[in-house]
Amino acid sequence: MKLNQLTLKQAKEGLRKKEFSSLELTNACLEEIKRLEPKLNSFVTVTEETAIEDAKKADKAIADGVDLPLLGIPLSVKDNFSTKDVRTTASSKVLNEYIPPFDSTVVERLKNAGMVLLGKTNMDAWAHGSSTETSDFGPSKNPWDTKRLTGGSSGGSAGSVAADQTIAAIGSETAGSIRQPASWCGVVGLKPTYGRVSRYGVIAMGSSLDSPGPITKTVEDSAVILEVLAGKDELDATTSPKPVTDYSKQLKRDIKTLRIGISNEYFITGIDKEVEEKVKEAIKKLEEAGAKIENIKLFDPKYAIDVYTIIQRSEVSSNLARYDGIRYGNTREYFGEEAKRRIMFGTYALSSGYYDQYYNKAQQVRTVIIDDFKKAFEKVDVIIAPTSPSLALPVGSTKDTSMFGEIADVLVEPSSIAGLSGINIPVGLSKSGLPIGMQIIAPQFGEEVVLSTAFEFESITKGEDWRRLKPQL
Amino acid sequence: MKINVPHIAKLANFPLSTEELKKFEIQLEETVKHVESLSTVKTNGIEPTSQVTGLENVTREDVAKPSLTQEEALSNTKSKHNGMFMVKGIFENEA
Repeated sequence: MKLNQLTLKQAKEGLRKKEFSSLELTNACLEEIKRLEPKLNSFVTVTEETAIEDAKKADKAIADGVDLPLLGIPLSVKDNFSTKDVRTTASSKVLNEYIPPFDSTVVERLKNAGMVLLGKTNMDAWAHGSSTETSDFGPSKNPWDTKRLTGGSSGGSAGSVAADQTIAAIGSETAGSIRQPASWCGVVGLKPTYGRVSRYGVIAMGSSLDSPGPITKTVEDSAVILEVLAGKDELDATTSPKPVTDYSKQLKRDIKTLRIGISNEYFITGIDKEVEEKVKEAIKKLEEAGAKIENIKLFDPKYAIDVYTIIQRSEVSSNLARYDGIRYGNTREYFGEEAKRRIMFGTYALSSGYYDQYYNKAQQVRTVIIDDFKKAFEKVDVIIAPTSPSLALPVGSTKDTSMFGEIADVLVEPSSIAGLSGINIPVGLSKSGLPIGMQIIAPQFGEEVVLSTAFEFESITKGEDWRRLKPQL
Repeated sequence: MKINVPHIAKLANFPLSTEELKKFEIQLEETVKHVESLSTVKTNGIEPTSQVTGLENVTREDVAKPSLTQEEALSNTKSKHNGMFMVKGIFENEA
């Protein structure tokens, strides 16, 4: 096994036992990035020089006996997280030359935990999309089939993890942008509760929705990174003061006390048959392990598309008004088509005379969706459903569509609108060799049960053949 | 319903080409039609939610803290003068 193929846990152990250095580990990732970038385009910027410097510093710290949760671990970070002195574009030409003079809280916490930053990953421009096709730097390609998309918006992050270009990555989700690309690329993507992880320094999309989180090779790795990221931040007033759990120590639970809710509404018309079968098989495996399955009725997710479209595009239009080319960045002519489309609709929805009809109405239906989940969670601990109704789609799928992203993310939008915690975990491969993912949703601040349920599934399927398969690149 | 696309473009501060205006008119109307399904959801007497975790009136102490230096704040602008951002005049008789 090559060093870049290690999980975060394995890499930490190897560094601790001095089986290899952070420099060797970092170089293995950088070499794989170099080899695969012409095929994959996972990165907008690779920070090779500083990565090597940081790895050397980490090696010295390890020799001095310093112990930090991510010391010497190479990570890739989505390009909408501000990184001091490292170009941050959000994959838009508006910010082509933008070099932030400060770190986002997420990046600051990762640095304090000892990470080695490999580079900034490609995404849909401004995180507007579910494909990375709206990136001004070209789409990222899916490591399992380079004629297909990674999904998005955190597509470069998910792809870089699936292709072992990195040990783990950071993404952000407004509705689906962590879970959906994780599903299409066959990796673990955790969307924390809104307010669990600070948004400070993240290039804003929908401020009432945005949730940063980890994309990893295993559930345990996800828990380790969440511990580093989670918690109150004075610089983001919407972060919660609730205490942070030792997620990685709470992964094992008694599955026999777990109640899983299944809703027919989430196996929508038009869903890929193999996705449906694999997710139902996965639920069966949890049932056989002792979990109790309950059929529940949930509010039809199709309404979430409209609630999400209105809320998100309205907030987008307001957030992106700041890009005027005066203090930083280029002028508004540099905006791509998708951003313009979203800003235009949001501006319309918020314009005089339409506020009640659109934004206010959507926020009322948001309350309906929140209450619907609350009722469901009186009966069950988690809800399980497919993450995406389709397998990874071919490059070019989003051309000439006016709502591709919002429609593709129908199954993850309701939980995002309600600010819930959720995760995508891989459950197998299609006959064509493409990953299939399922999501586990829990109430707000339910990260512990999300992770322990995901960990249980990972444990009981450890020996399955598909888990040994890797993308052939 | 007809959307006044040039007016929306002005509010959004976008100089759009005739072609773009035409395209966005069609696409905006498509999207408006799509989201109109919400009118079938009954919301009489339901409070709108804007903050999902229920936090209210979050404040911090009103004390000055270290911030960006003037140099850092200006480090990304293409147009500065005497240590300040330089912008176009907003009154008619200014350049």
